[in-house]
Amino acid sequence: MVPIEISGVTLTYDTPSGKVPGVKDISVAIKPSEFVCIVGPSGCGKSTLLNMIAGFLTPAEGEIRIDGKKVDGHGLDRGMVFQDFAQLFPWRTALGNVCFGLEMKGVPKDEREKIAREQLRLVKLEKFCSSYPHHMSGGMQQRVAIARALAYNPSVLLMDEPFAALDALTRDDMQRLLADVWRETRKTVIYVTHNVSEAVYLADRVLVMSPHPGTVKIDLPVTLPRPRDPLSIEFIEHQKILLDHLGHAAGGGAQTQHA
Amino acid sequence: MSDAAAVVGRPDARVGRQTWRTAWRNTFPFLVVAALWEIVAWLGVFPRQLFPPIEDIAARFVSLTASGILEHHTVDTVLRLLAGFGLAAVFGVAIGVAMGRSRRAEDILLPLISIVAPIPGLAYAPLFLLWFGLGNLPSILLVGFVSAFPVIFNSWTGVKAVKEIWLRSAQAMGADDRRLFRQVILPGALPYILTGLRLGLAQAWRILIAVEMLAAVPWGLGWLIFGARKFLDTDAMMSGIVIIALLGLALEKFVFKKIEDYTVVRWGMVK
Amino acid sequence: MDDRTRSLIRGGVSIVCVAALYEIVARSGHFSPALMPTLPTIARTLIASIADGTMIWHAAFTLYRVMVGFVLAIAVGVPLGIAMARFPRVENFCLPLISALMPIPSFSLVPLFMLWFGIGNTTTILIVLYAATFSVVFNTWSGVRAVNPLWLRAAGAMGADERRLFWKVIIPGASPFIITGMRQAFLRSWIAVVGAEMIAASDWGLGWVIFDAKEFLNTDIMLAALIVIGAIGYVFERLVFGSIERATVQRWGMVRAAKG
Repeated sequence: MVPIEISGVTLTYDTPSGKVPGVKDISVAIKPSEFVCIVGPSGCGKSTLLNMIAGFLTPAEGEIRIDGKKVDGHGLDRGMVFQDFAQLFPWRTALGNVCFGLEMKGVPKDEREKIAREQLRLVKLEKFCSSYPHHMSGGMQQRVAIARALAYNPSVLLMDEPFAALDALTRDDMQRLLADVWRETRKTVIYVTHNVSEAVYLADRVLVMSPHPGTVKIDLPVTLPRPRDPLSIEFIEHQKILLDHLGHAAGGGAQTQHA
Repeated sequence: MSDAAAVVGRPDARVGRQTWRTAWRNTFPFLVVAALWEIVAWLGVFPRQLFPPIEDIAARFVSLTASGILEHHTVDTVLRLLAGFGLAAVFGVAIGVAMGRSRRAEDILLPLISIVAPIPGLAYAPLFLLWFGLGNLPSILLVGFVSAFPVIFNSWTGVKAVKEIWLRSAQAMGADDRRLFRQVILPGALPYILTGLRLGLAQAWRILIAVEMLAAVPWGLGWLIFGARKFLDTDAMMSGIVIIALLGLALEKFVFKKIEDYTVVRWGMVK
Repeated sequence: MDDRTRSLIRGGVSIVCVAALYEIVARSGHFSPALMPTLPTIARTLIASIADGTMIWHAAFTLYRVMVGFVLAIAVGVPLGIAMARFPRVENFCLPLISALMPIPSFSLVPLFMLWFGIGNTTTILIVLYAATFSVVFNTWSGVRAVNPLWLRAAGAMGADERRLFWKVIIPGASPFIITGMRQAFLRSWIAVVGAEMIAASDWGLGWVIFDAKEFLNTDIMLAALIVIGAIGYVFERLVFGSIERATVQRWGMVRAAKG
């Protein structure tokens, strides 16, 4: 499995009012099969960092290596899940969507359908193989998106606030499902969120980022036993610690809000 | 037992009555108009030759059909429509997609198209007749030329409207340019392309009827109704108009409705 | 060089190239100059015909026909569309008729109208009326039906009676659709009038000019009239309807609901 090495990564944006630093000098090493959550207030550069790992953005300085290989553009070693439900192709069924990556890889039809069915079973959608995305709820669409990102067996799964647009109850279900999927597949996951309890529930390790410029404020391991109980005292303790750090990251004023 | 049957039977009867009522509701206005027409025709307000009663038109319609004349006109018109619209569909989609994909193609073609497109299509007819003579060639070329514009505009918009996130997802899954185009951009732009083809076909139909009147083609519905004027043959003219209306309706309701139902409606991309 | 200037330069170059190509072919003598006049000839003809007033008279005739037909279409179409949306009886009666008449190209009625009304203004105006009415009716009808019921309730709660509800809520609420309908209708009128004038007008009208010019191989006049037709259409589409939209629905922040 794959260690990810992010070393000295910096990116600046050109805006009409001059250069704005997006992220500055970030260095992180991620172990194989580790579930890493990146949390931070909006504008802290967490999505920028994820997009650089995905290869959609190129860092101005520094480099990102996956399994020793430098990231240059997108590749089949990474799977990506976005927040937007519209990421699925409306002209393909659930199965067709999950097959897409395998098709690009040149896997023969029978085999890719077998794999795709298997992936849909993993996200508990085996009954909806031939449904089109517009007939599915938001939660189901995001599950298809997860299955699609896993189908071609990438070693890293990159997730950009995948459940942020879901209602609270569905989000809880989805977090549980994702934890199960992760336990079964043992992928390395990098997960961007602004939801602290989601991060504590899912992560082995949480990176808190702060804005202007985007840097990693603190790197906090979460060692609670799984499956985790969001009502346990330890869980709430972890949440509190993170919120404290986030309060500092956002400039101090946020603590009272979260309490 | 009988109660149960009645309970089961009642909704059926209601459904039956419902369809019957819709049918009546849809035919009633036509009956009123037909009755008015008959009254005016029989009162002799206008000469019978210019304003024939419906039975005269129907009789003429039947005799024209029986002799195969109406069919001949119709077939020729439809063939011309297919040829002209086929040209527009092929070149229109190709040009529109090229403009959507390549900034250079867009910069070069858009100003030319914006100059040529706003002029009503039929206004080009005399020019085409001068340059290409009479008959089929100018008719088909003009139909193709005019109906290409909606196809071009919509394909162009459609390709530009393909969602960024589809492209990103596909790239993340390793799609190369060729497959990105075929598997993502074309289906993503399809709702627009189909709209363009639909508008183009409607346009082609209107222009064709007109150009058949001007281009002195030997057969064709446009020529039929135009020629009938010389002999004050209002019956034949009305027969031609009826066929034109039915064909126009059929093109809209069946051809494109079917294609849309099978693709973009099934995919939930349009309601 | 930024993207915008590059686009403008490319666009300019492509227009110049096509014009130059045309000029070369026209001057090569490959085609008769009667069929393919040079660009300066066309420009001279256009200027001369405007200067001696003939082109202006032709345009005036065409505009007169289009305007009368278009205004009649609005006078018939808007009330009919509103009536259809407000009274189910009217809707039930008119909708089947309209759906049957709409697919008939307006041009196919030209020979019939010529028989009935002869050549001249009546026929052309009626063809314009026929071409324009349906767009107005259809869009008005869907516009009134699409008026947000919440606005009706809010206005009702604020004490608006039927009459004021109609004038103060329904009409402004449906106006994006009605304006779209008028825009579509004008486009259709403009197409219809040119077509109708080609065979159903005599002596005056832009459509008549281009068709008549064909008989005498006056291609330069034909192309000059084409330019005038394009220019007038452009002015109405962009300037007139564009500014009406800017002054009303765009200022109110209502999106253009029905796009044609």
